[in-house]
This record gives sequence, structure tokens and C-alpha cells, in this order.
Amino acid sequence: MSGLEILQAGPGVTVQDMGRSGYLALGLSRGGAADRLALAEGAALLRQPVGTALELAGFGGRFRADVPCRIALSGAPMRATLDGAPLVWNASHRMPAGAVLDIGGAQSGVYGYLTVGGGFDLPEALGARSAHLSAGLGAVLEAGDTLPLAQDTGRTVGQVLAPLPRFDGGELCVLPSLQTTMFPDDMRARFTQEAFRRDSRGNRMGIRILPPGEGYGLTSGQTIVSEVITPGDIQIPGDGAPYILLYECQTTGGYPRIGTVIPADLPRVAQAAPGAELRFRFVTREEALEAEAAHRRMIDGLPGTTRPLIRDPAQMPDLLSYSLISGVTAGEELS
Amino acid sequence: MPDELTPDCPRIAPIGLDGVIVRFGETLSEPANRAALAFRAAVERDMPEGVEECSTSLVSTYLRFDPLHLSLEALTTALEQRLSAEDWYAAPLPEGRRLLRIPTVYGGDFGPQLAEAAQAAGMQADAAVEALSGARVRVSAIGFAPGQPYLGTLPEAWDIPRQTGLTPRVPAGALVVAIRQFVLFSVTAPTGWRQVGRTAAPLFRPDSDAPFLLRPGDEVIFDAVEAGAWDRLAADPKGGIVTEPLT
Repeated sequence: MSGLEILQAGPGVTVQDMGRSGYLALGLSRGGAADRLALAEGAALLRQPVGTALELAGFGGRFRADVPCRIALSGAPMRATLDGAPLVWNASHRMPAGAVLDIGGAQSGVYGYLTVGGGFDLPEALGARSAHLSAGLGAVLEAGDTLPLAQDTGRTVGQVLAPLPRFDGGELCVLPSLQTTMFPDDMRARFTQEAFRRDSRGNRMGIRILPPGEGYGLTSGQTIVSEVITPGDIQIPGDGAPYILLYECQTTGGYPRIGTVIPADLPRVAQAAPGAELRFRFVTREEALEAEAAHRRMIDGLPGTTRPLIRDPAQMPDLLSYSLISGVTAGEELS
Repeated sequence: MPDELTPDCPRIAPIGLDGVIVRFGETLSEPANRAALAFRAAVERDMPEGVEECSTSLVSTYLRFDPLHLSLEALTTALEQRLSAEDWYAAPLPEGRRLLRIPTVYGGDFGPQLAEAAQAAGMQADAAVEALSGARVRVSAIGFAPGQPYLGTLPEAWDIPRQTGLTPRVPAGALVVAIRQFVLFSVTAPTGWRQVGRTAAPLFRPDSDAPFLLRPGDEVIFDAVEAGAWDRLAADPKGGIVTEPLT
């Protein structure tokens, strides 16, 4: 069977998709790609439905397939080469059999995505193919692993898109949550006025953020009855430094929540690298619904926003072998 | 009969853009937990169009829905009608419940915070083990991680708060305690609760035909066993657990 071989892997390479629905009552959260927009971008660049992709947490790896395949690179921009030749990020490319794809560290953001034409041919576990690390479902991939490739009926490559900017933090829209009113007025006001920094602590479950000064701890907050958690919830543990929860979060929790980041802004949360600045703005439900509708329209419209990739002649080591203008061939004949 | 401490329950509240919870109490109580379980079962038998997923936590039922296809107002109205149709606080517990006796090693490396938890509960470590291993508790919810139960209610003395900080990681099988409840961890995870013991209970086995050991409504006794029994428990695929039917 044909496959994508992992020659070398960064510390957090996993198979991801849109996650699993229906197991929340048994304690299993949806999980799936930390940046679902990047998953959609990868699919749009290859003109295929959203399926599986490799999620690259902070660092890529080296990959080689035993058959020719199509690839798309999306999410956090990373330096990528194919047999040493630079590849454009946020673009789809042809990858010849045996060619070595090398993907380095994230230049900004956190999660890069490698989508292959047709996706990976992997069995489902509890209704999805994605690794759910905190549940012990699936695992981080390592050198020597080979992922079977599903049959690819598509042909599109050489497309590029301009991603929604989301790799350097920024403003997040927030809805009130169950315990928002437990936080004093001045604390809620301060929450929307100051800039937080993404802490070094964070993973697929959520990220910790640091206020510039005083924390947000509530003395009464330690005995709240445990309640369902939704991705985007901003939970405040006793030390006063908030956690913003992502799709692989726990299903219930008992720390008070000051608010919930709207779904359309979760890619920005996931992609905030340590040190990135994040700010919060409370919005009305009407504003949040408008943002959700616009976000879904944008995702549905992604295939219409890709453009043909124009190769930069300065980065084409085999330039002379191309017939650039009809009738003109090898350069030495012209000198 | 609504929760006497919280006359404004049951109450429907949005959570995030795409969720609502129906809350049957502000604190954990037997009737509120019973109501949440029964109401969820009723919703699942007849899911409103646009609802994508339904679950319970300790005293509430949660519904996730598509907010662009079902308005919060329409869903709230539908749920209010169902709430008023029946006394959910007196609804029967789920059928097929069981009693599980789960061998537990308390204290030492298996329960590094036993002394701290005992002190918070106002007793010596020996008395704490006696109290905790003698309690018969019910699975009030499965949550936080796959197959992971919340169990209650412990005697009044165990109404102890969570820690201020987080323990960076407790192992799978860790028995932790706070606010008159146990949680038995199904995976390695950080926690704000205090670890008093450890079990070898196989709570979540994704490759098995029955991936989840416990269901809400099951009852559990965490029998105390000597530390010397650990290797035998850890080698047993059933973790030494004895199960008998209740209903």
C-alpha cells in the first residue's frame, strides 16, 4: 500500500480532522484540529472535502511518499523545502515519489498543517481519525511511522491563498459565561482593557494567558459545582491566570469562567504563540451570530479565493530546463 | 419538587454561542442530579431539530446546537415546555445500575495528599481512610476525561475546597477528593483536587467492545487494600473489581 513515511518528526505531529461528536456524555470531548480554519484552507487548496491532515505543533519534520502525491501547506507558516527547493506556504504542490519534504519550525503562530490529496486511509476510532492526546486516543507520530494514503481522484495543485491573519494574537470576541457576573465590575472592566500574554504553558487542550499585573482569582471560586465546558471558555483557576480552552479540552470543570471566546476566533487562540498579545472584547449574542455566519461564509468561499501559484524564477534552481518563452531554449546559445 | 436552596431552578442558560444548560440546582444534591439524568434521557428520546449533542454534568443537562439553524429563543421555549410537563426531581434513576467494589491503595505514594486532605476534613489519616473506604457513593456524572466518574455524596466533613494551584499531573487511576465528592482519574491529567489513593480501574479502553466501565447511576465502594496488593491489581485487566447488579 502506498504511504507517507515520516523520516523525522517534531514533538507534536498528529493526525487531525474535525473531531468526534456524540461522546461528550461519556467524558470524551470533540477534539480535532486546533485550527479548523487551516484544515479547511488545506482542503480548499487541493479542491477536496475537509478530511484528515497532519497537524504540526510548532515544528514539522521530514516526509517522503513512495508514490507521487499532492500536498497542501496551511496554518502557521513554516519553512518548507522539497528535495531542497523552497516551497511556498499556504499553497498546494505536486510531490514526486521519493522526494523529501522538509518542514521546519513555525515562523509565527503554532500549528502548521500538511494535507495530502485524498487524505489518509486510516480506520476510525469512536467515529473519527484524529488523535485525542488527553484521552489517550491515537498518539503523537514518530520517525519510522508510515501513514497509508487514500486514493486521490483530484488533480488541482499550484494554488495559493492569503490566509486570514491570525498568527500573532490580537483581539478576541467574548460572550458572557455562567459565572461572568461573579467577577466584580472593576475586574470585568480591567479584563477588557489590558493586554494578556500567551504563557509558555499550553497544548491542544488550552492555553494559559498572563495578565500584566494583578490576577483574576475569585476567593469564592473554589467551590463552584462542576459544569460542562465548551471550547472557548476562559477559566480562572485559583492562581488568577486564565486558561482559554480549545477543542481537546476536558468536558467538565469547576473553575469560574469569565467568558467564552466565540468559535470564529478560536483559530486565533490556537495560533497564539508564547509571548503573543491577546485582548478581549465582550460582544452581544447578535454580534456573535453575525460573526459566526460571516466565518462560515468565508470558509465555504475558500475554494473561490485561491489563485494560481506563480513561481519565483529566482528560486528555481532548474530554471534553464524550463521553456520560458516559446522558441527560446538553452541560455548559452544566446551569449 | 425543585431544589429548596435554589427556588429559581430549573433554569435555562446559554453557554457559549452554541450551547444551553438546563440547571436543576446550584449545588450538588441527589434530586438535582436525578433530574439532570432523567431530563437528558427524555431529550435524547426526542431530540429537537438542530440539536447536535446532549450530555449531563452533576446538576445540569447540556445541549449543543447549531445557532444558525435553531435560535436560542426557540430552543428555550421548547425546553421550558418539556420542563413543566413533569416533576423531574422525582424521576426514576436509570435502569441497569450496578455496585462496583474497587480495591484502592490509600496514602503513601498512592495517595500523596491523604494527610493534607484528612487535615482539611478535620481528622487523622487513619480515620480518613476508614471514612473514605466505608462510603458507598453514586456515579453522579461522567466527565472531564473519557469514562471518568464524579462520585458522591461523601459525609459533610469532606466538604473541602479544591487546592489553590494545580497538581501538574496525577496518574490514571488516581482517586482525588474535594467538595464531598470523589473523582477517579481515567487518564494522566493535571488537577486541583487532592489525591488520596490509587486504583487500577480500567475506566476507558478505546479498543474494547465496552470502552466505558462506569455509567451514571452506578454505585461504588473504594475498599482499602494494602500497598503490597498493587502489583496484583495492576496486572489484572479488571483491576480487581467485583461487580454485582443493583436494579
